Amino acid sequence: MEELSADEPGPARASGAVVPAGRTGSARPEPAREPGGTGAVPAEDAVIATRALSKRYRGGQLAVDGLDLTVPAGSVFGFLGPNGSGKTTTIRMLMGLIEPTSGTASVLGRPMPRSARAVLPHVGALIEGPALYGFLSGRDNLLRYDAADPTADPRTRRARVGTALDRVGLSAAAGKKAKAYSLGMKQRLGLAAALLQPRRLLVLDEPTNGLDPQGMREIRALVRELASDGTTVFLSSHLLDEIEQVCTHAAVMAQGRLIVQGPVADLAAGARSRLVVTTPDTGDAARILKEQGVTDLVVTETGVTAEPPDREPAELNAALVTAGVRVRGFGIERASLEDAFVALTGEGFDVAG
Amino acid sequence: MSRAESPPKRDAKTENARPMATPTDQGAARKTGPDPRTGRGPSPLWTLGLFRDELVTTFRRWRTIALLGVLAAVPVLIGVAVKIETRGGSSAGGGGGEGPAFIAQITNNGLFLVFTGLAATLPFFLPMAIGVIAGDAIAGEANAGTLRYLLVAPAGRTRLLLTKYATTMTFCLVATLVVAVSAFAVGALLFPLGELTTISGTRIGFAEGLGRALLIALVVAASLTGVAALGLFVSTLTNSGIAAMATTVGLLITVQILDQIPQLHALQPYFFSHYWLSFADLMRDPVYWDGLVRDLGLQGLYVAVFGSAAWARFTTKDITA
Ligand SMILES: Nc1ncnc2c1ncn2[C@@H]1O[C@H](COP(=O)(O)OP(=O)(O)O)[C@@H](O)[C@H]1O
Ligand SMILES: [Mg+2]
Repeated sequence: MEELSADEPGPARASGAVVPAGRTGSARPEPAREPGGTGAVPAEDAVIATRALSKRYRGGQLAVDGLDLTVPAGSVFGFLGPNGSGKTTTIRMLMGLIEPTSGTASVLGRPMPRSARAVLPHVGALIEGPALYGFLSGRDNLLRYDAADPTADPRTRRARVGTALDRVGLSAAAGKKAKAYSLGMKQRLGLAAALLQPRRLLVLDEPTNGLDPQGMREIRALVRELASDGTTVFLSSHLLDEIEQVCTHAAVMAQGRLIVQGPVADLAAGARSRLVVTTPDTGDAARILKEQGVTDLVVTETGVTAEPPDREPAELNAALVTAGVRVRGFGIERASLEDAFVALTGEGFDVAG
Repeated sequence: MSRAESPPKRDAKTENARPMATPTDQGAARKTGPDPRTGRGPSPLWTLGLFRDELVTTFRRWRTIALLGVLAAVPVLIGVAVKIETRGGSSAGGGGGEGPAFIAQITNNGLFLVFTGLAATLPFFLPMAIGVIAGDAIAGEANAGTLRYLLVAPAGRTRLLLTKYATTMTFCLVATLVVAVSAFAVGALLFPLGELTTISGTRIGFAEGLGRALLIALVVAASLTGVAALGLFVSTLTNSGIAAMATTVGLLITVQILDQIPQLHALQPYFFSHYWLSFADLMRDPVYWDGLVRDLGLQGLYVAVFGSAAWARFTTKDITA
């Protein structure tokens, strides 16, 4: 397993000392759901691998800066970062839509954008939201996108389009003009276009953007379902809880740089958990805890949080109660991915978003 | 999953996900490239699917139908105007050579309305319609964002460009035929048909006249391929369909005006519209080919130059829309 983030966050990482892609070559990133051990060379198992991938738009600053990304086969890979951190730019390079300024990218083991025509039939993509022909019906939109793929069999086209529509729950609205679709329906039609063929990789760029909570749940359920079929899913998002809910692996971007990548569990575990005491007597509680040798005390509105102690927490609780502190809650809170992110970047997540 | 060397159990999930996939293990998959479908191989004919879809999509659009409607209306207007004007027995364009070519002969033979209709629409209506279709070809897709999805489908940039150009050429032909057929129908309805007199003064039979009308329609369609290539090139330069259409139509008008300025006569042989009206030479007896050859040669040059430019631009362009 890759070592992540974990207990040594701080400036070294924030300044771009990223888990190098080369290292994943020797430490096989093992997808949880697929037993491996065939003796295959691990680095080549990566569905997506980039090396020092950079992009500078014409006249602009570096949108992506030296990205070393490794997406293991079979993973649901969350690509996390605030708006403007370079997620879409990375995806455009992976899909061969734009040329990298420097560095290399490979998808399904083949270099991009050079091998686009061989690779892309196995990749379903939703990039920067759906784009549809408003004057065509939902079904005709899909028929057109399918016709654009020269490897798609025209004899099975209608059936595959029907299946894809079914899968995203749009069969009933398939005859309506796409311009009459709601945003959620458009998003689902975009997903259906990504599902026209059996895919080895799905690249979904903020698939829940602009959806209501119900729509978000539906998309997430669909992503989970697809992933359970064994398809590798590369999911970009600026929503932490989204990544936490559906992803097995994640990479965090900030200002065009990769900050950390690895299994979500490791990422979250890397962030320190906190001792949380809920009490109205915050001052007393802080004092007692300090006397007990607890460090990194933070007084909040509802109580006190601190570095978890090495010794039995119950003893601390006893000390607090003995001192007359009205303890209403006491426990160790496991860190979330958000905590990990804050620890890694030193800033809140929605700063740039 | 028809392959005998069906993969071991560990790949079962993967297999479910892609019924057509046949990699036996990661290594084999890598050796044969990432295309698990190579075993069956897509038919080369499938590549035409996009062209067919493009044709259907283009000709089903309201915009296309409206453009064709306008083109069809022009001969109707000319025919009706000539009919009204000549009710008293005077011949049309009586002032002497005014109005579009052949207009004076329409009253004697409705077939001439085909030539008049084409002569009237060729300078502006036809190329404008082509400019709209060609200008919107790539830029319109970029504008709607559908371009990125076509490219990741993957349509292939060269294939998409060729598809767009072939569709635009088809539109040239259809648009010209719409004018010709509409003109022929109106001419047959309002005026007598029969033998006709060529520009050279000889008489040819109706069947041969009809043949020449068809030939003229084809030449007119071919005369538009240069504008089509120019429009397609403009279309690769911008992400705004409207801007591309406006630029193409603007160029068209500019060239038409410059073609009238005597001081520019050194440049004029290179204007795509310079030899357009030489299609009338097909109505000479014998046919006078010089102008026609120059026209078609010039169109070929435009197609080569702007086709290559469009290709060079489009295949290297960053698609960010
Ligand atoms: N077409 C473009 N031209 C110039 N700059 C761009 C373009 N697209 C994105 N950028 C810039 O690149 C950076 C990364 O953008 P993007 O990849 O879209 O981020 P994200 O998808 O993470 O929100 C931003 O600073 C953005 O302004
Ligand atoms: Mg984005």
